[in-house]
Amino acid sequence: MTHDGGAQRLVDLLTAQSDEFISQWVRSVGESLRGRISLTELGQELNELYAAILSGLQHGGLASRGEAFAEVRSLLMELSRNRARQGFTPTETAISVFALKDVLERSLSGGGEEDVRAYLQFARLLDDLGLFTVESYARTREEIISSQADQLLELSTPVVKLWDGVVAVPLVGTLDSARTQVVMERLLQALIDYDSTQAIIDITGVPAVDTQVAQHLLKTVVAARMMGAECVISGIRPQIAQTIVALGIEFGDIPTKGTLADALRHALSAIERDRKLAEEYGGGLL
Amino acid sequence: MTERVPILRIGDVLLVSIQVDLEDRVVMDLQEDLSNRIVETGARGVVIDISALEIVDSFVGRMLATVAAMSRVLDAETVVVGMRPAVAITLVELGLSLGGVRTALNLESGLAVLRRARAAGLGYVPGRPTSGFRPDRT
Repeated sequence: MTHDGGAQRLVDLLTAQSDEFISQWVRSVGESLRGRISLTELGQELNELYAAILSGLQHGGLASRGEAFAEVRSLLMELSRNRARQGFTPTETAISVFALKDVLERSLSGGGEEDVRAYLQFARLLDDLGLFTVESYARTREEIISSQADQLLELSTPVVKLWDGVVAVPLVGTLDSARTQVVMERLLQALIDYDSTQAIIDITGVPAVDTQVAQHLLKTVVAARMMGAECVISGIRPQIAQTIVALGIEFGDIPTKGTLADALRHALSAIERDRKLAEEYGGGLL
Repeated sequence: MTERVPILRIGDVLLVSIQVDLEDRVVMDLQEDLSNRIVETGARGVVIDISALEIVDSFVGRMLATVAAMSRVLDAETVVVGMRPAVAITLVELGLSLGGVRTALNLESGLAVLRRARAAGLGYVPGRPTSGFRPDRT
């Protein structure tokens, strides 16, 4: 089999001058990363990788997706993860693999036809591994992005107890359907936890209100009402008020207030009125 | 024989605590039993506790509205208490707002809502509605 022959030739080449190759490799990668990673650390990484590639070639030939290259793949994944976390670009990550080609190419000058074929095969193998690196890099970045989005969702929707019987949700950022869902769940749970009959949704931190956002707000208010609590929407800035009117958004019988303070006053007086009403005039029932 | 939902009387109030799965038959029985009991006892208020309900569909939503309307005709006010957040969200997503049904967080505030409704019904209070209370529906 020609493949095995090529692989064998490569193994011989890589074993014979391994120390030299590795030091050249480390140097060339180190240059491209411009000292943002220490040479010792890099040397250690690439040493392991080199050994893994060599053993992969010995046992599995040139099939980079095969069983024998599992070790190489896991090392590369580790490497790309670290690079992605440390903020290197995809090019800088992939160069760690591709630089090995240059190193080998230099040592081949003047070699025979067989050497050239072996080099081409090796280049193909490294292309594969390089692609794999970029893929893992991209995957890591996506993971980072989605975990940050989750964190943002957690951070941006606190429900606070403002007074006995009053809870408030200060909304910060754009309100989409996913966030509305979270806000709604948190708010309704807080109503039960704090035994509150008044809820204030403060939209001071919401940059813009369109029909969609209004729809989400209305849903939340309706859900809270169904649990037996009243909602006030507060923190409506002058520009937002203008937009709401211009868009023809109707908040119906939901009270709206300019500031959180006004909303709190409204909520407290509603609680007081309810209490008086039930105490003084509701006699004859229980 | 199907299960029946028990209806308990405390003073002027009938307490209906729904602890079983609401099959259609159970709901029909409940409506019948409840209207009979209101007439028998002359109750002025009905509290429906749904804190044990984890799933509510549009049928149950309509049942609550029907019961509320029915007791109103018999001069008793209805309040639904103990709705779980998940249930409230489901109902909103279904587009049901339970208009005309008073709601309260728990039994205690439910009774307070009834007292207020009673007071309002007796003409004591001009002005704004109270928590969960819609004057246009009285």
